[in-house]
Amino acid sequence: MTVGSHYGYWAMMTLMIIGLYILIARGNLIKKLVGLSIFQTSVYLLYIAPGKLIGGTAPIIAEKFGIYSNPLPHVLILTAIVVGVATIALGLALVVRIYEAYGSIEEDEIIEKDSGLER
Amino acid sequence: MRLIADHLPILQVILPLLAAPLIVLLRNATLAWLLTVAVSWVSFAIALTLFFAVPDGGAIYYEMGNWPMPIGIGYRIDAASAYVLVLVSLIAAVVAPYARLSIAAEVERERHYLFYAMFVLCVGGLLGIAATNDAFNLFVFLEISSLSSYVLIAIGKNRRAFHASFQYLIMGTIGATFYIIGVGLLYLMTGTLNLADMAERLSAVEETRPVLSALAFITVGLSLKIALFPLHFWLPNAYSCAPSTVSAFLAGTATKVSVYVLMRFIFSVFGPRLPLEALHLFDALIVLSIAATVVSSLVAVFQTDLKRMLAYSSVAQIGYISLGIALNNADGLTASVIHLFNHGVTKVALFMLAGGIVLRLGTTNFDSMAGLSRRMPLTTFGFVLAGLSLIGVPASAGFVTKWYLVMAALERGHWWLAALVVATSLISALYVWRFVETAYLREPVGEVKRVEAPLAMLIPAWIMVIACTYFGLETAYSLTGAQEAAMALMRGFK
Repeated sequence: MTVGSHYGYWAMMTLMIIGLYILIARGNLIKKLVGLSIFQTSVYLLYIAPGKLIGGTAPIIAEKFGIYSNPLPHVLILTAIVVGVATIALGLALVVRIYEAYGSIEEDEIIEKDSGLER
Repeated sequence: MRLIADHLPILQVILPLLAAPLIVLLRNATLAWLLTVAVSWVSFAIALTLFFAVPDGGAIYYEMGNWPMPIGIGYRIDAASAYVLVLVSLIAAVVAPYARLSIAAEVERERHYLFYAMFVLCVGGLLGIAATNDAFNLFVFLEISSLSSYVLIAIGKNRRAFHASFQYLIMGTIGATFYIIGVGLLYLMTGTLNLADMAERLSAVEETRPVLSALAFITVGLSLKIALFPLHFWLPNAYSCAPSTVSAFLAGTATKVSVYVLMRFIFSVFGPRLPLEALHLFDALIVLSIAATVVSSLVAVFQTDLKRMLAYSSVAQIGYISLGIALNNADGLTASVIHLFNHGVTKVALFMLAGGIVLRLGTTNFDSMAGLSRRMPLTTFGFVLAGLSLIGVPASAGFVTKWYLVMAALERGHWWLAALVVATSLISALYVWRFVETAYLREPVGEVKRVEAPLAMLIPAWIMVIACTYFGLETAYSLTGAQEAAMALMRGFK
């Protein structure tokens, strides 16, 4: 078990941590959504990468082909991508409404504008 | 008839899901509302039928498209899932008739039909989570219900709700993604997504690192969805800024269904294979549960807004539910399951009455509610009755939970924990008392006019208030159902 043989997982973990870090460290709502998107994408990799067999073909049962890649992760991730797109779209729509209401998309400015009012 | 009866498990989920696009096509608020009410009542009828049809110690299976279970997606309704189905559809069936007037006041007119579309979509997602036996299918339903609840929270006129919903979206998506990472790791190790199959195949790979990480990811991810202390920061904002109907519906269902998923994974999937005690999972949960009940109850006492107070009280009550899980015995799990129901009913009643106050006063600030009992006597009285259930006074639904929780703690030999449950109930008495003091003892400001909430809102709210008392006295269905559910969870998929 070396770094080299598991590079798929390392890439996935790196992306995941980058995404989470952006989510925590950035106050800009759009940047947060970018972080969220990277974070979600890392999971696609977790599913897809192990499904691939080196030298494997598409799952066709025929004499010429002995080994094939697992098709199920692709199907699952297709669904997860749709969920991810819907989440980001909804997030962006909310940011538009926040911008209309507050004139800002910086989290600290939004909180500041609210705290001035009566709770 | 037979044909329909065989397909009840899928009809339970698919009817609300199909109603959503239909409502969007209707575009008419009244028709949309009628369809929502009809669908939620039919759902409730189906859930009750399933609840009584579940064989003793067994389950109802439904194979999608006749694909045999580990290959295709299957639904599996046992005592625990049926209990959650009844809870969700009951709350939907009571909230739906209530919604019309409350929504008319709190949401802009052209968005009404969209509200109902999102509402039934959310119901469908939550029912799907409880019915499915497939880990990935569960994720999809989790996201259906979450995405629609983000929209529901932000649909009102309150601009704070936009940011609250955004925060919830971020936290909820992190939670769901953590869950799906955990499921991915389990899939890598077992090669299956069917929960029953997964539980069985875990025996070959039991304490390997990916499985342990999967346990960690799933527990943390679902804890975010549950709003388990200290991952609860999204909840008070979301519940207090959302339209009252939405607060009522989500407070009774969304977190509860996630709790069910957590129980399912801890007790049915991991429980039989992993030494959870040795991993200190339950110890950690006990600490967090105590922190949740003590800290959030205290925070609730000092809120100046009624809905915000109720939201913090929700976080505290979730602490009781997770405490029951953490005690890891039959009584504890029974307490957790029955508290899903009891707290669901109680909080829905309280939020619905608060919705009436919002409608008449335009605010739920404590200062503006001074002397409320003279303006809205029925609302305030209902609030007090439901508040008693929140505290856990004998002859109220909340008492049944506390009783089982104390018994479970004593069985574990944690007498201090039993004392703590009673002590935190006293703190909840404090914040309910604040409402009583404001509504009954303080002099009203300005002229006193009777402005009771309209009957269309009062009746559904009072049904829930009466349920709070009824299920404290007559526990035939709620308690035996919960006991069977707890047993089904602990037995797993055998």
